[in-house]
Order: sequence, then C-alpha cells, then structure tokens
Amino acid sequence: MSSVMLFLSGDAALLALAVLGATVARKSYAPALVYFCALAISAAMLIGATIQLLGGITGGGTVLPLGLPWIGAHFRVDALSALFLVIVNLGGAAACLYGLGEGRSERSPERVLPFFPAFLAGMNLVLVADDAYSFLLSWEFMSLASWALVMAHHREDDNARAGYVYIVMASFGTLTLLLAFALLAGPAGGYAFDAMRTASATPGVAGLAFLLALIGAGSKAGIVPLHVWLPLAHPAAPSHVSALMSGVMTKVAVYGFVRIVFELAGPWDWWWSVPVLMVGAGTALLGVLYALMQHDLKRLLAYHTVENIGIIFIGLGLALAFGSFSMPSVAALALTAGLLHAFNHSLFKSLLFFGAGAVLSATGERDMEHLGGLIHNMPRTAFAFLVGCVAISALPPFNGFVSEWLTFQAILLSPYLSSWMLKILIPAVGALLALSAALAAACFAKAFGITFLGRPRTDAARRARETDRFTLAAMMTLAALCLIAGIVPGLFIDALGPAASILVGGRMPAQLGNAWLSIAPIAQSRSSYNGLLVFLFIAASASLAASFIHRFASDALRRAPPWDCGAPDASPATQYSAESFAQPIRRVFGAVAFVVRERIDMPSPGETRPARFDLRLSDRIWDALYEPLVGFVERASLRLDRLQFLTIRQYLSVVFGALVTLLVVLASWP
Amino acid sequence: MAVIVDLFFQLLQMTLVIAVAPLLTGLVRATKARLLRRRGPPLVQPYRDLVRLARKEAVVADTASWLFRFVPYLVFAATWVAAALVPTFATGLLFSWSADLIAVIALLGAARFFLALAGLDVGTSFGGLGSSREALFGALAEPAMIVIVFTLALVAGSTQLSTVAAYMASSNVGLRVSLGMALVALFIVAIAENGRIPVDNPATHLELTMVHEAMILEYSGRHLAVIELAAMLKLVLYVSLIACVFAPWGLAIADASVMDRLLGAIAYLAKLALAGVALGAFETSIAKMRVFRVPDFVGAALMLAFLGALLLFVSRTLK
Repeated sequence: MSSVMLFLSGDAALLALAVLGATVARKSYAPALVYFCALAISAAMLIGATIQLLGGITGGGTVLPLGLPWIGAHFRVDALSALFLVIVNLGGAAACLYGLGEGRSERSPERVLPFFPAFLAGMNLVLVADDAYSFLLSWEFMSLASWALVMAHHREDDNARAGYVYIVMASFGTLTLLLAFALLAGPAGGYAFDAMRTASATPGVAGLAFLLALIGAGSKAGIVPLHVWLPLAHPAAPSHVSALMSGVMTKVAVYGFVRIVFELAGPWDWWWSVPVLMVGAGTALLGVLYALMQHDLKRLLAYHTVENIGIIFIGLGLALAFGSFSMPSVAALALTAGLLHAFNHSLFKSLLFFGAGAVLSATGERDMEHLGGLIHNMPRTAFAFLVGCVAISALPPFNGFVSEWLTFQAILLSPYLSSWMLKILIPAVGALLALSAALAAACFAKAFGITFLGRPRTDAARRARETDRFTLAAMMTLAALCLIAGIVPGLFIDALGPAASILVGGRMPAQLGNAWLSIAPIAQSRSSYNGLLVFLFIAASASLAASFIHRFASDALRRAPPWDCGAPDASPATQYSAESFAQPIRRVFGAVAFVVRERIDMPSPGETRPARFDLRLSDRIWDALYEPLVGFVERASLRLDRLQFLTIRQYLSVVFGALVTLLVVLASWP
Repeated sequence: MAVIVDLFFQLLQMTLVIAVAPLLTGLVRATKARLLRRRGPPLVQPYRDLVRLARKEAVVADTASWLFRFVPYLVFAATWVAAALVPTFATGLLFSWSADLIAVIALLGAARFFLALAGLDVGTSFGGLGSSREALFGALAEPAMIVIVFTLALVAGSTQLSTVAAYMASSNVGLRVSLGMALVALFIVAIAENGRIPVDNPATHLELTMVHEAMILEYSGRHLAVIELAAMLKLVLYVSLIACVFAPWGLAIADASVMDRLLGAIAYLAKLALAGVALGAFETSIAKMRVFRVPDFVGAALMLAFLGALLLFVSRTLK
C-alpha cells in the first residue's frame, strides 16, 4: 500500500469515527471510545508520517474518482506534507490523550464528539490534497468542523459572536484562496497541482496570486490585521480543541501558504518577501503586546499564537528574499528556521492550552486575576506549564530558542542581499523580532507567575485539585519533546532538509555529524550552538553549587510568615495582579497597539466614597479597519433592503435591465 | 595531553570568573566610599558577606513553593555558564563554541525570567513590584543587546565571541562609527542589566526605588548568598564582554602559549580593576532616575545600536 493510501484510509477512519461519535454521543462510554480510536488513528498516521519524513520516501500520488468528474481527486505526500502531517498528528494524538482525561467531563459531548474526529480528518486531508478542488474542499471542511467546535458552548457569553466573526473571516479567507488558485490554474483550468507546477504564470498574475494566498492563508494563520477572529474563537472552544486550533490548525494555514507561494506560484520575485517580512514583524510585535494586556489565560495564549505566527512568517519572508537572489543555502536556513518554529510552536502551544484547560476544569476560572498559588495544589500541571512557558519564551536550552536563534542567524546574512529596500527592512525586522522575544518572556513570566505562584486570590483557586493522569501524560510528553527538540536540534533540522530542498532548492548542511551534536548553520567559526552542552553545564553547575553549599555551609531551613519589608498584609488582594504586572509595559508600549483610556476618580479629602480606577483598552486595528467595514456593510444592506419591497413591474424592469447589461458586456468582451 | 591542558584552561576560566566576582563588587563599593570621603569596608568584605550568609539558616516564607528554593541555584548556574563563555584572558577555549553571544544573552534572559518568577512566588506586593519592573527593563535591554550583536557579528563575520574577540584584537578593524555606537549602547545596557545607578540602586532598601532588591526581598541565608553571587558574576560578565570586544589588548588568541595566557590573565585583572574604579566614579557622579525615565535611557541604547547596525547593513556591498 502506498503511503498516501495509508493517510487516506486514516482520514476515512476518522470520518467514520465522526459518524460513530454522532450516533453514540450521549452514551457514557462515548468520549472514551471516540478519543481512544482517534488516538490510535492519529498515532498510526504519526508513525507513518515520521517514517516518511525521516526515510525520505517520495510517495507517489494517487487519483481517486471523487469530486469534479473531469478532474478527479488528486492526493500526494511529499516531504513538506509529511512534515506537516507529523505536526498535525502529534498535536492530534496529544489532544486525544487530553480528551481521554479532562475531555470526559465535557458538559455537552454531543456537540464535541462528532466534530473532533472530523476536524482532525479535515486538517489531514488539506495536507495530502494535490489539486485545488480537494484542497479547498478539505480546507473548508476543516474550517466548518472547527467552527462547530467553537460553537460547542454556544450559550456562554460572547461565544456566538466569536463563532460569527470566525465564520465570516474563514469564508473570506477561502474566497481569496479560491481566487488565487483560479489565477494559477489559468484559462485552461489546470486545477491539479502538477499542472500548476509546470505552468508558468506571468509575473503579474503570479504576484497577484501570491498576495491573495498571503491574505487567504494568512487570515487562517492569524496575521495582523486579519487576526481579529483568532483570539475570540480559539479560547471559546473546549481546551483540547483550542490547543488544536492554535497549535495545529494555524500550521495547516502556514502549510497552505508555503505550498502555494513557494511551489505553485512558480519562481518568485524579490518584492514578495517585503510584504511577508513586514506583516511578520508587525504580527510578532502586536501579537505579544495584545497578549501582555490580557488576563484571560486562554485568550492570552491565543493572542500569543499571533506572535509566533509572526515569527514563522519572518522566517518564510527571509527565505523568499534569499531565494530570489539565488542564495539557496541561506534561503534553506531561513526556511528551516520558520518551519522548525512551526513545529516547536505546535508542541508548546498545545502544552500550554492543556495546562490552561486543566486549570479551567480545576477552578472553573480562566481569569488570571481570580487564580494564584496553583503550584501548591497542582504541582505537576504547574511544572509542565512552566516548561511550556520557558520554551515559548525562547530561553535555552528549550526548543523555542533554537528556531529563533536560526532566524537571527539568517538575518545576520542579509547584508549580502543586493536590494537596498531589504537591507534596510531586514535589520528593522530583526530588532522587532528581538523586542517581541523579550516581551514574550515578560508575558509568560506574568502568565505563570500570576496563575500558579503567589497566594490564591479566590476560594476556587484555593480548592483546586491536580488533574488526571491522561491530561498529565499529554502535557509531560509534550514537555519532554520541548526539551529534546531543544537539546538535540540537529535531529529535527536534518529532518527538515528534504522539505527545504523541494521548496528553495537547497538545504542546510547535515547537522548530526557535528561534534557533540552541536548545530552550525553555516560554519562552526561563524556561529554554533549546542543545546545539549548548555543543558548539561547548567545542570552540573546548579547541582554543584547546591551540593557544595549544603555540604560546607548551612542546610538549615525555617518556615516563617513572609517578610515584605516588615509590613506583610494578610489579604491576597495586596499581591501584584496581572493588570499591575503589565502596567509598566503598557505605559511604555501600550500606545502602539491600543488606544488606552485611564480614568482615575479620586475622592477629595473628607469624602468617604472609595477611589476608583478605570482602564479601557481598545484595539486600534479593530477601530480603524473593522468598525468602518462593519458600518459600511450595515449601511449598504439598509440601502439594498429597498429591493425587497418593489412592485412586480419594478422587479421585471430590474431583471430586464440586468439581462441587457450582461448581454452587452458579453457582446463587447474581446 | 592537549585536551587536558585545554580542559584545565576552561576550568581555570570558570573558577577565575567566580573568584574575582566578589572582588570586583568590593572594588566598586570601595571606590564609591572613597569618593564620598568615607573609609568604607575592606575590599574583601563581599567574600565575608557571602560566607556569613551561606552559614546562616535560610528563612523561607510559608507561602513559598518549591520553585522559590530552586530558583537561586538555577539563576546562579545560568549566569555562571554565561560568564564562563565570555572570553576573559584567552579566546578559543575548549567549550567556547558551545554557545554564541546570542545564546549568552538568552541565558541571562533565562536567569531574569526565573528571578522574576521567584519575586512573584511568595505573593507579596514588593516581590511583584520588583518582578514587573525587571520585566520591563529586560524587555528593553534584551533587544538592544541583540541589535548590538548584529553590529558585532557584521563587523567580525561571526556571533562566536571567541572569533569576535580575536577579530577585534587583530589589526584590521580600524575605527568605525558603528562600533562606537555599539559601545555606548553596550554601556547603557550593562548599567541597566546590572541594576546600577542611574537605573537601579544596588545599595538601597528604600521601598519605592528598588527593582532587583525588591524582587529578592524574601530571600535570606544561603539562597540570598547564591543570588548575590550571581549578581556579582553578571557584573563580571558584562565587564569581560566590553573588555574582550572593545579592549582586547593582551587577550591570548586561540592556541597561544601558556605564557601568553598568563599575560592575558594579568591584563584581564588590570582591565577589571580599571572598570571597577570607573564604574564607582560614574555611579557617584550621577543621580538615580525615576522608573519611567529608564525606558527612555535604555530606549536610547536600542536606537543607537540599531543605527549602528543599520549603517553596517547598508554599507556592506555584495560579496
């Protein structure tokens, strides 16, 4: 059986599971059954995809007699799809494990169980589709399944609005992708990807298709300013679905962008990299600023996905820039950085959403201002969440650092580009990347510190209990993978080699042969990093210091009330809150992304009413872009509303007029 | 045999940085005292303080978690590893290639991250205040540092500190505007990162002015000793960094003889002494800033560094 058939049968099994889920959803055994079967299928596909990726097997395509009769449905698996199949099925398997644990306490399983396997199947199908028709069909299927999952708790506040914004943005994205494919297919209608690869579009048409793909795939990935649906929709879904949407579905969108732009749109112009780099840098900075201002834990994570998508797009933009000036090895470095970050982000973002889900089900709270001190009652969840926080903050020796380090190495090679615009743009992008990485660390110090450390701010937080062992297993597996990908990055970089050589015609030098498993993107003398040694050194020095002090100095320990400069206050309300933690950063950077309105109501001396402080943040992009758009649509629909109340004669004249106009257009068409 | 010698020098570097760290802090304090016409404590007072703290019983707050007791060692280890990777008396040591300058910065970022968490752990208002301000300063200083790295890497063609230092020590550098900007920016970042005046005052316990001290307010005994030592190490790290990039005189280049390395060590100690006196004099001559003036100060470093890097990016022709 060829490998593509393996994935297709996996997808068919997932779809069958979705039907099964719909029929048995209300039974008590349904969650265990559905999640277990989905886990088995995902695990099988994960193994298949890993073998495909590491073995470098080039699976042939297949054509099934489905879809449009004169096209058929083409499917194919190459190194790029294999990489993303690994990402999807790894995230999927972890989400199933979480489902076996926390997912069993779902309030309305009949709204989750049918759509969860369907969502997984949709994402997998996008990756194996090899013609525009099946690609768009799977893409839309994936969007609709995830929309149904977002609406699982549709009676909660704001969820209906989140679902509405999501479906509008998803339809808009699919529309632009449809137009992009139409441009690439040309008048002859070569909708199979093979036909598009061989057809050479004119530079203008290809450029237009590129822009449409950037908008279409980018809106699904969450690039600024098309990100508005993401922080609404991702947190609204059940937590393991949030993990899938944030950690995995955004990667499918990245896949769509890479597939269309790097491969189908043909040889690209250097100017293509400019919008990608600008959008990437803006997305990274604004994403992390949005995240810093959030105190809803799941929404913070969703906003932070926006930042990471920005980092991935910076890598892709650099690859486009280097590729267009025929520097394939550097382009491969930048592309590897972007793709590796996509993989890394799928690991730690799923982990963090699982942690947020465990906190949510232990306390019923998503608002960090009502949490605190959870490390005492949920030590294992806290540990796994901490690993995720360190990894996403790009701190060594974890995996997030490796991909950002590679991106910086690519940026440092950009002076060799022969375009003035890029020479000025890329250092600015590098500075913004550094700024957003530093802000990300602040953001996750806040997320972990306010949620898990300190004293519990509410009774719910005080009574929290540790989550179950399936959820812990899911989190610990991902945490271990974060560490492994951080200390032996060479393994993962080498696995990306075939994908890079398909797309940019070059690959990074093989890393596994380097001494001590270090990585050196260009040459050892230029730059190298060894996560393993850094990890070992830190572990050795920390234990050396600890054992030395315990051996030769004191190891006595006394517990006492906190000192707090001699004036401790018993009320947990005196702690720093999420809001106050972010206040200095808001004062310095807030105006970039928000219109900040602070109102202080200070009673004059002698008055007994309490002082009040009121803070309003409004998103500049929503105000500037979407509010006018919504207003325009409303006004236009009011105008068009008149068409509903015409007399029969007026309708007949409208029909006649339209017919004549169309005929005139048709007759005068060259 | 060669490996053993290399290993010896690597270990020597690790012990050297940790041995001189309290001395440098003592020197800064002594200089400041002299300039204020005080006699001041002896130079070795920081060593005595560390020993005294380490021998005492540690008092840990009731509300502290395991993280609180774990963080000091982690912060110390990250800072120590980072400090050991910056060339002090010689370049090209055995493990110098295991992490480049970007990784060194990220290691310091990791130390700051965990220290900020420790500040939040006990659940007091002072700890949160310190962590929050430290997060702000870090968010400004770290990108400035990365952009400085851009400049250095473009001049020397490498982000490996050993290679950068060796290139700077060679005669083909010359005077460059970008390097001047990077130097000024690096000074500002070093002052901000080490919590020196005018950004933060290491000697104060006056409530509203402290940042670093507020974060570690709940620490005592051996934990405090380890954190203090890490702070001293960080000062040594920044001095070594500035010295090896901008004043690489006497630095023993890779594969140098033992004698050269010895000379390098003497030159290094002289540079440290000079830097300590200069820092003391600088701190006495300037007043501390308000917290919300600091972003302007560090932001200036970011802009200077960026300007320097931009000059290099556009001036490099296609090779």
